Amino acid sequence: MSTATEHPEQIEHTEHTEHTEHADAHEAEHHGLSDKHYVYVALILAALTAIEVSTYYVDFGPFFMPTLLILMVVKFVTVVSYFMHLKFDNKLFTYLFYSGLLLAVAVYCGFLATFKFFLQKG
Amino acid sequence: MAETAISHGHDVGHGAHSSTGLSNNKLGMWMFLGSECLLFGGLISTYMLYKGRVNVGPQPDQIFDIPFTSVSSFILLMSSLTMVLAVSSAQRKDERNMNLWLVVTALLGATFVGGQVYEFTSFYREGLGFTTSLFGSSFYTLTGFHGVHVSVGIIMLMALVGMNRNKRIPGDRAEVVELIGLYWHFVDIVWIIIFTLVYLIPS
Repeated sequence: MSTATEHPEQIEHTEHTEHTEHADAHEAEHHGLSDKHYVYVALILAALTAIEVSTYYVDFGPFFMPTLLILMVVKFVTVVSYFMHLKFDNKLFTYLFYSGLLLAVAVYCGFLATFKFFLQKG
Repeated sequence: MAETAISHGHDVGHGAHSSTGLSNNKLGMWMFLGSECLLFGGLISTYMLYKGRVNVGPQPDQIFDIPFTSVSSFILLMSSLTMVLAVSSAQRKDERNMNLWLVVTALLGATFVGGQVYEFTSFYREGLGFTTSLFGSSFYTLTGFHGVHVSVGIIMLMALVGMNRNKRIPGDRAEVVELIGLYWHFVDIVWIIIFTLVYLIPS
């Protein structure tokens, strides 16, 4: 406290820094990422798509199916987290969306199982 | 929960709010998108079940044009980038760039839908009608529903641009753009799944 009294310019600087940090945090929380970072995310997604398409031309052998499924999930989560801001937004939105998604996956896996879909060859 | 609401103060001040302190509109949109997962989950699983059941008419590996569909997928993916840039511009209150990115997003979406119409036409000419086979019915229903969603998104984007020019957007403009952006990105992630499961993984 005494320090603050002795150095008013210092406390002003501290307040300014805190204010700036708070504003930056608020900005980041509000906007998610900067435009430049959105472009980086899009470039990553484009690269992942290119790898996906390459499986059509290159023989991935036993890794064909796992590679495609993993890339699909990574692209899905990337778009939802960064472009849809779920990573930066309130967790309630995440619970709402992923609960709907998990319910859909569970219900339709059960649905496909009743038709012995997973036992079919090819 | 109250702490959560306070810690996310940016949500306070956007239109009507629920007891969580979050925007009702945003909450409603996320619930809607969660329910849309069930719709597309049903359509995708039906396609997976039916595609190899009856070997009548052209089969997927005979008619799919992967290079063409890859370009369409890339275009839709890039429309997600332009959409998020529109949301970012709206949050910065940069009206000029917001309108620009919204129009670019709508154009990219229209290009995707145009590609889908071309694809449907060429499939039909190759003998795959809606009632030709279970594969045809489930394929056209799934991708058709997706195409309708993209078309609705384009209409919403153009309506947003028009309403913004006439200063008729009610409430928080940035939030309205964000909500339409959420819908648009959802359409994109559905296509990410369709592109892999329907086009890239053969029967």
